[in-house]
Amino acid sequence: MVVPSDNYEPRIVGFLCNWCAYQGADLAGTSRMAYAPNVRIVRVMCTGRIDPTFVLKAFSSGADGVIIAGCHPGDCHYSEGNYKTTRRIAFLRKLLAQMGIDGERFRLEWVSAGEGAKWAQIADEMSAAVKEKGPLAWRENLKEA
Amino acid sequence: MSKPKLALYWAASCGGCEIAVVRLYAKILDVAAFFDIVLWPCIMDFKYKDVEALPDKSIDLCLFNGAVRNSEQEHMAHLLREKSKVLVAYGTCAYLGGIPGLANVANREAIFQRVYHETPSTINDDGVRPQLRYQVPEGELTLPVFYDTVRTLAQVVPVEYFVPGCPPVKEQTEAVLQAVIEGRLPAPGSVVGASDKTVCDDCTRIKEEKRVRGFYRPYEIIPDPSRCLLEQGIICAGPATRGGCGGPCLSVNMPCRGCYGPPPNVVDQGGKLLSALASIIDSQDPDEIERVADAIPDLLGICYLFGLPASLLRRVRQDRRAFPAGVTGELAREQGDLAVMTQRAP
Repeated sequence: MVVPSDNYEPRIVGFLCNWCAYQGADLAGTSRMAYAPNVRIVRVMCTGRIDPTFVLKAFSSGADGVIIAGCHPGDCHYSEGNYKTTRRIAFLRKLLAQMGIDGERFRLEWVSAGEGAKWAQIADEMSAAVKEKGPLAWRENLKEA
Repeated sequence: MSKPKLALYWAASCGGCEIAVVRLYAKILDVAAFFDIVLWPCIMDFKYKDVEALPDKSIDLCLFNGAVRNSEQEHMAHLLREKSKVLVAYGTCAYLGGIPGLANVANREAIFQRVYHETPSTINDDGVRPQLRYQVPEGELTLPVFYDTVRTLAQVVPVEYFVPGCPPVKEQTEAVLQAVIEGRLPAPGSVVGASDKTVCDDCTRIKEEKRVRGFYRPYEIIPDPSRCLLEQGIICAGPATRGGCGGPCLSVNMPCRGCYGPPPNVVDQGGKLLSALASIIDSQDPDEIERVADAIPDLLGICYLFGLPASLLRRVRQDRRAFPAGVTGELAREQGDLAVMTQRAP
Protein backbone atom coordinates (compact mmCIF):
# COMPACT_ATOMS: atom_id res chain seq x y z
CA MET A 1 0.00 0.00 0.00
CA VAL A 2 1.43 3.33 -1.01
CA VAL A 3 1.17 6.02 1.64
CA PRO A 4 0.77 9.41 -0.04
CA SER A 5 3.34 12.01 0.87
CA ASP A 6 2.21 15.45 2.03
CA ASN A 7 2.84 17.01 -1.33
CA TYR A 8 1.21 14.23 -3.33
CA GLU A 9 -0.21 15.46 -6.61
CA PRO A 10 -2.38 13.04 -8.58
CA ARG A 11 -1.62 12.25 -12.19
CA ILE A 12 -4.76 12.33 -14.27
CA VAL A 13 -4.88 11.51 -17.96
CA GLY A 14 -7.50 13.38 -19.95
CA PHE A 15 -8.74 12.31 -23.37
CA LEU A 16 -10.42 15.35 -24.91
CA CYS A 17 -12.13 15.59 -28.25
CA ASN A 18 -10.72 18.03 -30.75
CA TRP A 19 -13.96 19.86 -31.49
CA CYS A 20 -15.52 20.61 -28.13
CA ALA A 21 -13.73 19.64 -24.93
CA TYR A 22 -10.23 20.46 -26.15
CA GLN A 23 -11.44 23.83 -27.39
CA GLY A 24 -13.12 24.32 -24.02
CA ALA A 25 -9.84 23.59 -22.23
CA ASP A 26 -8.12 25.95 -24.66
CA LEU A 27 -10.64 28.64 -23.80
CA ALA A 28 -9.94 28.11 -20.11
CA GLY A 29 -6.26 28.68 -20.90
CA THR A 30 -6.64 31.71 -23.14
CA SER A 31 -9.07 33.19 -20.61
CA ARG A 32 -6.29 32.80 -18.03
CA MET A 33 -8.46 30.80 -15.67
CA ALA A 34 -6.46 29.29 -12.84
CA TYR A 35 -7.16 25.60 -12.32
CA ALA A 36 -5.48 22.43 -11.11
CA PRO A 37 -2.65 21.38 -13.43
CA ASN A 38 -3.04 17.66 -12.73
CA VAL A 39 -4.83 16.66 -15.91
CA ARG A 40 -2.45 15.68 -18.72
CA ILE A 41 -4.47 16.17 -21.84
CA VAL A 42 -4.36 13.88 -24.86
CA ARG A 43 -6.25 15.32 -27.80
CA VAL A 44 -8.27 12.88 -29.87
CA MET A 45 -10.39 13.73 -32.89
CA CYS A 46 -13.52 12.35 -31.26
CA THR A 47 -14.33 10.62 -28.00
CA GLY A 48 -15.57 7.81 -30.25
CA ARG A 49 -11.90 7.21 -31.06
CA ILE A 50 -11.18 6.26 -27.47
CA ASP A 51 -10.60 2.55 -27.24
CA PRO A 52 -11.19 1.17 -23.72
CA THR A 53 -7.62 -0.11 -24.07
CA PHE A 54 -6.38 3.52 -23.82
CA VAL A 55 -7.97 3.87 -20.40
CA LEU A 56 -6.71 0.49 -19.18
CA LYS A 57 -3.24 1.39 -20.44
CA ALA A 58 -3.31 4.72 -18.59
CA PHE A 59 -4.25 3.11 -15.28
CA SER A 60 -1.77 0.26 -15.69
CA SER A 61 0.99 2.76 -16.50
CA GLY A 62 0.49 4.72 -13.31
CA ALA A 63 -2.37 7.18 -13.83
CA ASP A 64 -4.34 7.93 -10.67
CA GLY A 65 -7.37 8.99 -12.67
CA VAL A 66 -8.69 9.20 -16.22
CA ILE A 67 -11.14 11.73 -17.55
CA ILE A 68 -12.82 11.62 -20.92
CA ALA A 69 -14.48 14.77 -22.20
CA GLY A 70 -16.29 15.38 -25.45
CA CYS A 71 -19.13 17.18 -27.17
CA HIS A 72 -22.55 17.30 -25.58
CA PRO A 73 -24.95 14.64 -26.88
CA GLY A 74 -26.34 15.80 -30.19
CA ASP A 75 -23.34 18.07 -30.81
CA CYS A 76 -20.81 15.49 -32.03
CA HIS A 77 -18.84 16.72 -35.02
CA TYR A 78 -19.19 13.22 -36.43
CA SER A 79 -22.90 12.90 -35.54
CA GLU A 80 -22.75 10.09 -33.02
CA GLY A 81 -19.21 9.43 -31.82
CA ASN A 82 -20.10 10.55 -28.33
CA TYR A 83 -23.05 8.14 -28.20
CA LYS A 84 -20.65 5.30 -28.94
CA THR A 85 -18.51 6.63 -26.11
CA THR A 86 -21.48 6.70 -23.77
CA ARG A 87 -22.04 3.00 -24.41
CA ARG A 88 -18.41 1.99 -24.08
CA ILE A 89 -17.81 4.04 -20.98
CA ALA A 90 -20.85 2.57 -19.21
CA PHE A 91 -19.38 -0.88 -19.75
CA LEU A 92 -15.85 0.17 -18.97
CA ARG A 93 -16.92 1.78 -15.71
CA LYS A 94 -18.48 -1.51 -14.66
CA LEU A 95 -15.31 -3.39 -15.54
CA LEU A 96 -13.10 -0.90 -13.71
CA ALA A 97 -15.30 -1.16 -10.61
CA GLN A 98 -14.70 -4.92 -10.63
CA MET A 99 -10.99 -4.26 -11.01
CA GLY A 100 -11.12 -2.06 -7.90
CA ILE A 101 -10.94 1.30 -9.68
CA ASP A 102 -13.96 3.30 -8.60
CA GLY A 103 -15.94 5.97 -10.40
CA GLU A 104 -14.18 8.94 -8.80
CA ARG A 105 -11.04 7.96 -10.65
CA PHE A 106 -12.81 7.65 -13.96
CA ARG A 107 -15.13 10.29 -15.33
CA LEU A 108 -16.96 11.10 -18.53
CA GLU A 109 -17.96 14.73 -19.02
CA TRP A 110 -19.49 16.81 -21.78
CA VAL A 111 -17.73 20.12 -22.33
CA SER A 112 -18.50 22.43 -25.25
CA ALA A 113 -16.01 24.76 -26.90
CA GLY A 114 -17.56 27.64 -24.96
CA GLU A 115 -17.42 25.99 -21.55
CA GLY A 116 -13.91 26.94 -20.46
CA ALA A 117 -15.09 27.64 -16.94
CA LYS A 118 -16.84 24.28 -16.77
CA TRP A 119 -13.64 22.49 -17.81
CA ALA A 120 -11.65 24.37 -15.18
CA GLN A 121 -14.19 23.41 -12.54
CA ILE A 122 -14.21 19.75 -13.60
CA ALA A 123 -10.40 19.60 -13.56
CA ASP A 124 -10.36 21.16 -10.08
CA GLU A 125 -13.03 18.83 -8.74
CA MET A 126 -11.49 15.71 -10.17
CA SER A 127 -7.99 16.62 -8.98
CA ALA A 128 -9.30 17.22 -5.48
CA ALA A 129 -11.31 13.99 -5.45
CA VAL A 130 -8.41 11.87 -6.69
CA LYS A 131 -6.00 13.60 -4.32
CA GLU A 132 -8.34 12.68 -1.49
CA LYS A 133 -8.35 9.04 -2.60
CA GLY A 134 -4.57 8.89 -2.89
CA PRO A 135 -2.27 7.17 -5.37
CA LEU A 136 -3.63 4.25 -7.34
CA ALA A 137 -0.08 2.92 -7.81
CA TRP A 138 -1.03 0.02 -10.03
CA ARG A 139 2.48 -1.37 -10.28
CA GLU A 140 2.64 -1.73 -6.50
CA ASN A 141 -0.55 -3.70 -6.76
CA LEU A 142 1.20 -6.33 -8.87
CA LYS A 143 4.00 -6.95 -6.40
CA GLU A 144 3.95 -9.95 -4.10
CA ALA A 145 3.34 -9.06 -0.45
CA MET B 1 22.25 -39.28 -34.77
CA SER B 2 20.44 -39.13 -31.47
CA LYS B 3 16.80 -38.14 -31.48
CA PRO B 4 15.76 -34.57 -30.56
CA LYS B 5 14.69 -34.33 -26.94
CA LEU B 6 11.12 -33.39 -26.04
CA ALA B 7 9.83 -32.32 -22.64
CA LEU B 8 6.25 -31.67 -21.57
CA TYR B 9 5.55 -30.03 -18.27
CA TRP B 10 2.48 -28.79 -16.43
CA ALA B 11 2.17 -25.99 -13.93
CA ALA B 12 -1.12 -24.33 -12.89
CA SER B 13 -3.36 -26.19 -15.31
CA CYS B 14 -6.18 -28.68 -15.34
CA GLY B 15 -4.48 -31.44 -17.33
CA GLY B 16 -6.54 -30.72 -20.44
CA CYS B 17 -3.44 -29.76 -22.39
CA GLU B 18 -1.92 -33.14 -21.59
CA ILE B 19 -5.08 -34.73 -22.94
CA ALA B 20 -4.81 -32.53 -26.02
CA VAL B 21 -1.38 -34.03 -26.74
CA VAL B 22 -2.57 -37.57 -26.06
CA ARG B 23 -5.52 -36.85 -28.35
CA LEU B 24 -3.16 -36.99 -31.28
CA TYR B 25 -4.15 -40.68 -31.15
CA ALA B 26 -1.96 -42.76 -33.47
CA LYS B 27 0.13 -39.71 -34.34
CA ILE B 28 1.47 -39.75 -30.80
CA LEU B 29 3.50 -42.77 -31.94
CA ASP B 30 5.14 -40.61 -34.62
CA VAL B 31 5.96 -38.08 -31.92
CA ALA B 32 7.43 -40.80 -29.73
CA ALA B 33 9.38 -42.18 -32.69
CA PHE B 34 10.81 -38.81 -33.68
CA PHE B 35 11.52 -37.44 -30.23
CA ASP B 36 13.24 -38.79 -27.19
CA ILE B 37 10.80 -37.85 -24.41
CA VAL B 38 12.92 -36.75 -21.46
CA LEU B 39 10.20 -35.31 -19.23
CA TRP B 40 6.44 -35.81 -19.12
CA PRO B 41 5.29 -36.11 -15.51
CA CYS B 42 1.66 -36.66 -16.51
CA ILE B 43 2.31 -40.03 -18.09
CA MET B 44 5.81 -41.10 -17.04
CA ASP B 45 7.75 -41.04 -13.80
CA PHE B 46 10.35 -38.29 -13.59
CA LYS B 47 11.93 -36.54 -10.63
CA TYR B 48 13.30 -33.03 -10.26
CA LYS B 49 16.80 -34.43 -10.11
CA ASP B 50 16.35 -36.00 -13.55
CA VAL B 51 15.70 -32.55 -15.00
CA GLU B 52 18.45 -30.93 -12.95
CA ALA B 53 20.91 -33.55 -14.22
CA LEU B 54 20.30 -32.63 -17.86
CA PRO B 55 22.94 -30.41 -19.50
CA ASP B 56 21.84 -26.83 -20.25
CA LYS B 57 20.01 -26.37 -23.57
CA SER B 58 19.83 -30.13 -24.03
CA ILE B 59 16.04 -30.24 -24.44
CA ASP B 60 15.23 -29.36 -28.04
CA LEU B 61 11.55 -28.64 -27.49
CA CYS B 62 9.71 -28.06 -24.24
CA LEU B 63 5.92 -27.73 -24.26
CA PHE B 64 5.07 -25.99 -21.00
CA ASN B 65 1.40 -25.81 -20.10
CA GLY B 66 -0.19 -24.05 -17.17
CA ALA B 67 0.20 -20.68 -15.54
CA VAL B 68 2.65 -19.84 -12.76
CA ARG B 69 0.96 -19.42 -9.43
CA ASN B 70 3.45 -20.77 -6.88
CA SER B 71 7.18 -20.95 -6.22
CA GLU B 72 7.54 -24.55 -7.37
CA GLN B 73 6.07 -23.73 -10.76
CA GLU B 74 8.30 -20.68 -11.00
CA HIS B 75 11.34 -22.81 -10.16
CA MET B 76 10.43 -25.34 -12.85
CA ALA B 77 9.87 -22.56 -15.38
CA HIS B 78 13.38 -21.24 -14.74
CA LEU B 79 14.86 -24.72 -14.75
CA LEU B 80 13.19 -25.72 -18.00
CA ARG B 81 14.16 -22.41 -19.56
CA GLU B 82 17.78 -23.19 -18.76
CA LYS B 83 17.56 -26.72 -20.09
CA SER B 84 15.54 -26.01 -23.25
CA LYS B 85 16.52 -24.65 -26.64
CA VAL B 86 12.91 -23.88 -27.57
CA LEU B 87 10.42 -23.20 -24.80
CA VAL B 88 6.78 -23.13 -25.88
CA ALA B 89 3.91 -21.76 -23.83
CA TYR B 90 1.48 -24.51 -24.78
CA GLY B 91 -2.17 -23.78 -24.14
CA THR B 92 -3.89 -20.67 -22.90
CA CYS B 93 -2.86 -20.96 -19.24
CA ALA B 94 0.84 -20.74 -20.08
CA TYR B 95 0.15 -18.19 -22.81
CA LEU B 96 -2.32 -15.85 -21.04
CA GLY B 97 -2.98 -17.23 -17.57
CA GLY B 98 -6.13 -19.10 -18.54
CA ILE B 99 -8.83 -20.14 -16.12
CA PRO B 100 -6.37 -20.34 -13.17
CA GLY B 101 -5.62 -16.70 -13.93
CA LEU B 102 -9.12 -15.78 -12.79
CA ALA B 103 -7.70 -16.17 -9.29
CA ASN B 104 -6.31 -12.69 -9.86
CA VAL B 105 -9.69 -11.35 -8.78
CA ALA B 106 -8.57 -12.34 -5.29
CA ASN B 107 -5.23 -12.84 -3.59
CA ARG B 108 -3.61 -15.49 -1.41
CA GLU B 109 -5.27 -14.39 1.80
CA ALA B 110 -8.70 -14.16 0.20
CA ILE B 111 -8.30 -17.55 -1.46
CA PHE B 112 -7.05 -19.25 1.72
CA GLN B 113 -9.82 -17.66 3.75
CA ARG B 114 -12.40 -18.96 1.33
CA VAL B 115 -10.92 -22.40 0.74
CA TYR B 116 -9.82 -23.30 4.28
CA HIS B 117 -12.51 -21.54 6.30
CA GLU B 118 -15.59 -20.37 4.43
CA THR B 119 -16.67 -22.94 1.87
CA PRO B 120 -19.82 -24.76 3.03
CA SER B 121 -18.10 -28.13 2.71
CA THR B 122 -15.16 -27.14 4.93
CA ILE B 123 -14.97 -28.29 8.54
CA ASN B 124 -11.87 -26.73 10.03
CA ASP B 125 -12.58 -25.94 13.68
CA ASP B 126 -8.89 -25.61 14.51
CA GLY B 127 -8.37 -23.12 11.70
CA VAL B 128 -5.59 -25.18 10.15
CA ARG B 129 -3.83 -23.60 7.20
CA PRO B 130 -1.09 -25.02 5.01
CA GLN B 131 2.37 -24.17 6.38
CA LEU B 132 5.46 -23.66 4.26
CA ARG B 133 7.47 -25.82 6.70
CA TYR B 134 6.35 -28.53 9.08
CA GLN B 135 8.40 -30.79 11.32
CA VAL B 136 7.51 -34.49 11.40
CA PRO B 137 9.55 -37.28 13.01
CA GLU B 138 10.95 -38.19 9.60
CA GLY B 139 12.21 -34.66 8.97
CA GLU B 140 10.96 -31.37 7.63
CA LEU B 141 8.15 -31.17 5.11
CA THR B 142 7.88 -28.14 2.86
CA LEU B 143 5.28 -26.64 0.55
CA PRO B 144 5.75 -24.12 -2.25
CA VAL B 145 4.87 -20.45 -1.65
CA PHE B 146 1.43 -19.63 -2.98
CA TYR B 147 1.54 -16.25 -4.75
CA ASP B 148 -0.99 -13.43 -4.64
CA THR B 149 -0.88 -13.05 -8.39
CA VAL B 150 -0.98 -15.68 -11.12
CA ARG B 151 1.45 -15.00 -13.96
CA THR B 152 1.84 -16.23 -17.50
CA LEU B 153 4.93 -18.22 -18.44
CA ALA B 154 6.35 -15.30 -20.45
CA GLN B 155 5.99 -13.03 -17.42
CA VAL B 156 8.42 -15.34 -15.63
CA VAL B 157 10.94 -16.45 -18.28
CA PRO B 158 11.55 -15.67 -21.97
CA VAL B 159 9.44 -17.87 -24.24
CA GLU B 160 10.00 -18.67 -27.92
CA TYR B 161 6.50 -19.62 -29.08
CA PHE B 162 2.92 -19.49 -27.93
CA VAL B 163 0.28 -22.07 -28.78
CA PRO B 164 -3.14 -20.79 -27.71
CA GLY B 165 -6.22 -22.82 -26.92
CA CYS B 166 -8.05 -24.27 -23.96
CA PRO B 167 -6.96 -26.79 -24.94
CA PRO B 168 -5.21 -26.30 -28.30
CA VAL B 169 -7.24 -28.20 -30.90
CA LYS B 170 -5.84 -31.47 -32.18
CA GLU B 171 -5.19 -30.28 -35.74
CA GLN B 172 -3.19 -27.30 -34.52
CA THR B 173 -1.06 -29.34 -32.11
CA GLU B 174 -0.38 -31.74 -34.94
CA ALA B 175 0.58 -28.91 -37.26
CA VAL B 176 2.90 -27.36 -34.68
CA LEU B 177 4.70 -30.65 -33.99
CA GLN B 178 4.90 -31.30 -37.72
CA ALA B 179 6.48 -27.86 -38.21
CA VAL B 180 9.03 -28.63 -35.50
CA ILE B 181 9.82 -32.02 -37.04
CA GLU B 182 10.31 -30.40 -40.46
CA GLY B 183 12.24 -27.49 -39.00
CA ARG B 184 9.74 -24.91 -40.29
CA LEU B 185 9.40 -22.61 -37.29
CA PRO B 186 8.55 -18.92 -37.59
CA ALA B 187 10.40 -16.05 -35.88
CA PRO B 188 10.66 -16.42 -32.10
CA GLY B 189 7.91 -14.64 -30.22
CA SER B 190 5.23 -15.82 -32.66
CA VAL B 191 1.89 -17.31 -31.83
CA VAL B 192 1.78 -20.64 -33.66
CA GLY B 193 -1.01 -23.12 -34.18
CA ALA B 194 -3.62 -20.43 -34.79
CA SER B 195 -4.73 -18.04 -37.51
CA ASP B 196 -4.09 -14.31 -37.84
CA LYS B 197 -7.78 -13.52 -38.05
CA THR B 198 -10.62 -13.60 -35.56
CA VAL B 199 -12.99 -16.44 -34.72
CA CYS B 200 -15.68 -14.57 -36.69
CA ASP B 201 -13.60 -15.26 -39.78
CA ASP B 202 -13.83 -19.02 -39.09
CA CYS B 203 -17.48 -18.85 -38.12
CA THR B 204 -19.90 -19.85 -40.87
CA ARG B 205 -22.99 -18.29 -39.33
CA ILE B 206 -24.92 -15.64 -41.25
CA LYS B 207 -23.83 -12.21 -40.08
CA GLU B 208 -26.01 -9.18 -40.66
CA GLU B 209 -26.37 -5.96 -38.73
CA LYS B 210 -25.41 -6.10 -35.09
CA ARG B 211 -27.91 -4.17 -33.00
CA VAL B 212 -29.23 -5.54 -29.75
CA ARG B 213 -31.45 -4.25 -26.96
CA GLY B 214 -29.85 -6.44 -24.32
CA PHE B 215 -27.86 -9.56 -23.68
CA TYR B 216 -28.94 -13.08 -22.81
CA ARG B 217 -27.05 -15.84 -21.13
CA PRO B 218 -26.84 -19.00 -23.25
CA TYR B 219 -29.40 -20.88 -21.15
CA GLU B 220 -32.01 -18.12 -21.39
CA ILE B 221 -32.86 -18.54 -25.07
CA ILE B 222 -32.54 -21.18 -27.76
CA PRO B 223 -30.51 -19.42 -30.44
CA ASP B 224 -30.99 -19.86 -34.16
CA PRO B 225 -28.08 -22.15 -35.16
CA SER B 226 -27.61 -20.44 -38.51
CA ARG B 227 -27.30 -16.82 -37.37
CA CYS B 228 -24.58 -14.86 -35.59
CA LEU B 229 -24.99 -15.37 -31.85
CA LEU B 230 -24.01 -11.81 -31.02
CA GLU B 231 -26.83 -10.53 -33.23
CA GLN B 232 -29.18 -12.70 -31.20
CA GLY B 233 -27.99 -11.06 -28.00
CA ILE B 234 -25.72 -13.82 -26.78
CA ILE B 235 -22.34 -12.58 -25.64
CA CYS B 236 -19.80 -14.14 -27.99
CA ALA B 237 -16.10 -13.36 -27.71
CA GLY B 238 -15.55 -14.15 -31.40
CA PRO B 239 -14.84 -10.57 -32.54
CA ALA B 240 -12.05 -10.20 -29.96
CA THR B 241 -10.56 -13.67 -30.23
CA ARG B 242 -7.90 -15.17 -32.45
CA GLY B 243 -9.20 -17.82 -34.82
CA GLY B 244 -7.73 -21.09 -35.92
CA CYS B 245 -9.72 -23.33 -33.61
CA GLY B 246 -12.30 -24.00 -36.32
CA GLY B 247 -15.12 -22.79 -34.08
CA PRO B 248 -16.05 -26.01 -32.25
CA CYS B 249 -18.13 -24.09 -29.67
CA LEU B 250 -20.08 -22.26 -32.36
CA SER B 251 -20.81 -25.50 -34.16
CA VAL B 252 -22.77 -26.69 -31.11
CA ASN B 253 -24.65 -23.40 -30.75
CA MET B 254 -22.50 -22.12 -27.90
CA PRO B 255 -20.74 -18.76 -28.03
CA CYS B 256 -16.98 -18.30 -28.26
CA ARG B 257 -15.56 -17.61 -24.81
CA GLY B 258 -12.23 -16.31 -26.03
CA CYS B 259 -9.81 -19.13 -25.23
CA TYR B 260 -7.51 -18.44 -28.20
CA GLY B 261 -6.66 -15.03 -26.80
CA PRO B 262 -6.43 -11.67 -28.54
CA PRO B 263 -6.04 -11.44 -32.31
CA PRO B 264 -2.72 -10.05 -33.64
CA ASN B 265 -2.00 -6.42 -32.69
CA VAL B 266 -4.61 -6.39 -29.93
CA VAL B 267 -3.06 -5.54 -26.59
CA ASP B 268 -5.97 -6.25 -24.31
CA GLN B 269 -8.56 -8.81 -25.32
CA GLY B 270 -11.07 -7.80 -22.65
CA GLY B 271 -10.93 -4.15 -23.62
CA LYS B 272 -11.69 -5.05 -27.22
CA LEU B 273 -14.50 -7.42 -26.31
CA LEU B 274 -16.03 -4.82 -24.02
CA SER B 275 -15.81 -2.28 -26.81
CA ALA B 276 -17.47 -4.65 -29.26
CA LEU B 277 -20.29 -5.51 -26.87
CA ALA B 278 -21.00 -1.92 -25.94
CA SER B 279 -20.94 -0.80 -29.56
CA ILE B 280 -23.81 -3.00 -30.68
CA ILE B 281 -26.32 -1.75 -28.12
CA ASP B 282 -29.15 -0.11 -29.99
CA SER B 283 -29.73 2.84 -27.72
CA GLN B 284 -28.56 6.37 -27.10
CA ASP B 285 -30.27 6.71 -23.76
CA PRO B 286 -27.71 6.64 -20.92
CA ASP B 287 -30.23 5.07 -18.52
CA GLU B 288 -31.06 2.24 -20.86
CA ILE B 289 -27.38 1.65 -21.65
CA GLU B 290 -26.76 1.50 -17.92
CA ARG B 291 -29.55 -1.06 -17.53
CA VAL B 292 -28.09 -3.24 -20.27
CA ALA B 293 -24.64 -3.04 -18.68
CA ASP B 294 -26.02 -3.79 -15.22
CA ALA B 295 -27.84 -6.88 -16.50
CA ILE B 296 -24.48 -8.53 -17.26
CA PRO B 297 -23.62 -10.36 -14.06
CA ASP B 298 -19.84 -10.55 -14.32
CA LEU B 299 -18.32 -8.35 -16.99
CA LEU B 300 -14.76 -8.97 -15.82
CA GLY B 301 -15.32 -12.72 -16.01
CA ILE B 302 -16.65 -12.37 -19.54
CA CYS B 303 -13.91 -10.04 -20.76
CA TYR B 304 -11.02 -11.87 -19.16
CA LEU B 305 -12.22 -15.44 -18.82
CA PHE B 306 -8.92 -16.72 -20.18
CA GLY B 307 -6.54 -13.79 -20.06
CA LEU B 308 -6.67 -11.78 -16.84
CA PRO B 309 -2.94 -12.18 -15.99
CA ALA B 310 -1.95 -11.16 -19.53
CA SER B 311 -4.28 -8.15 -19.60
CA LEU B 312 -3.08 -4.60 -19.08
CA LEU B 313 -4.25 -4.46 -15.47
CA ARG B 314 -3.35 -8.12 -14.79
CA ARG B 315 -5.39 -8.39 -11.59
CA VAL B 316 -7.90 -6.56 -9.42
CA ARG B 317 -6.69 -4.03 -6.94
CA GLN B 318 -5.57 -5.49 -3.63
CA ASP B 319 -6.16 -3.55 -0.50
CA ARG B 320 -3.95 -5.55 1.81
CA ARG B 321 -4.76 -3.36 4.81
CA ALA B 322 -8.46 -3.93 4.36
CA PHE B 323 -8.21 -7.63 5.03
CA PRO B 324 -9.89 -9.70 6.56
CA ALA B 325 -12.86 -7.93 4.97
CA GLY B 326 -11.09 -9.19 1.90
CA VAL B 327 -11.38 -8.57 -1.74
CA THR B 328 -15.06 -9.34 -1.76
CA GLY B 329 -15.65 -6.64 0.81
CA GLU B 330 -13.61 -4.18 -1.15
CA LEU B 331 -15.45 -4.93 -4.33
CA ALA B 332 -18.77 -4.41 -2.64
CA ARG B 333 -17.56 -1.09 -1.31
CA GLU B 334 -16.24 0.01 -4.66
CA GLN B 335 -19.49 -0.93 -6.30
CA GLY B 336 -21.29 1.05 -3.60
CA ASP B 337 -19.15 4.03 -4.57
CA LEU B 338 -20.16 3.45 -8.13
CA ALA B 339 -23.83 3.57 -7.30
CA VAL B 340 -23.63 6.94 -5.56
CA MET B 341 -21.31 8.43 -8.11
CA THR B 342 -22.94 11.34 -9.82
CA GLN B 343 -22.37 11.88 -13.45
CA ARG B 344 -23.43 15.12 -14.98
CA ALA B 345 -25.83 13.84 -17.56
CA PRO B 346 -26.88 16.17 -20.35
